Amino acid sequence: MSPETRTVVVERELPHPPEKLWRALTQPHLIAEWLMQNDFAPAAGHRFTLKGEWGGVLDCEVLTVEPNRTLAYTWNHAHSDPAFALNSTVTFTLTPTATGTHLRMEQSGFNPTQKQAFGGATLGWRKFLDNLAALLARAGS
Amino acid sequence: MPTATPDTLFRTLADPTRRAIFERLCREGEQTVVAITARAKISQPAVSKHLGVLKRAGLVRGRHEGRETHYSAQLRALAPLIDWTSRMTGFWQSRFDALEDLLKRMDQ
Repeated sequence: MSPETRTVVVERELPHPPEKLWRALTQPHLIAEWLMQNDFAPAAGHRFTLKGEWGGVLDCEVLTVEPNRTLAYTWNHAHSDPAFALNSTVTFTLTPTATGTHLRMEQSGFNPTQKQAFGGATLGWRKFLDNLAALLARAGS
Repeated sequence: MPTATPDTLFRTLADPTRRAIFERLCREGEQTVVAITARAKISQPAVSKHLGVLKRAGLVRGRHEGRETHYSAQLRALAPLIDWTSRMTGFWQSRFDALEDLLKRMDQ
């Protein structure tokens, strides 16, 4: 079975100018406050990691940096079992509006069996969801 | 069969007692309220209330037999939580909430 690309889009209207949002997306100490611990730098080709509270590590590489407009980086999670790995790209697009900024996040990627990912993991769900995934696999549904 | 959103599923399973009841039905199969209550540390009305919430989320199903209702887990209802796209959507929604909080603090 060939891997299938999937896309997640989450958008939000923010009552703040793009310049300010850009700082929150690109300054490591600010990224740490809303996303994860990191060693990000706003330079294409820069490799960095995002470290989740649950101990997981994401391997990332900056792909696109257009100040106040577009930021893209890879969002990969290595795992010895390919079914648990995720290779994806995250793109943030900022569009100025009359009242602030429209933020669009698009994540596209592969997860060969769709069995696993780590979304929601920071909320302490990982173990529980792993158990559920195992249950589902056993139930064959 | 209602199809619950990941939000509803997370909220339903966020309660540890409710989650324990659901996990037991998953592990041990169909059970009556009386059987579940015998091992839970809460009253029968409380167990029934939790079962009602699980049922509304589509996570359990009740089967009437005589005067008793037998409850079983509906694993298919969990599918939205296993699909990575649903889970990432929930993840980004919660991260954007945190981002909004941060942007407010940056004003000060």
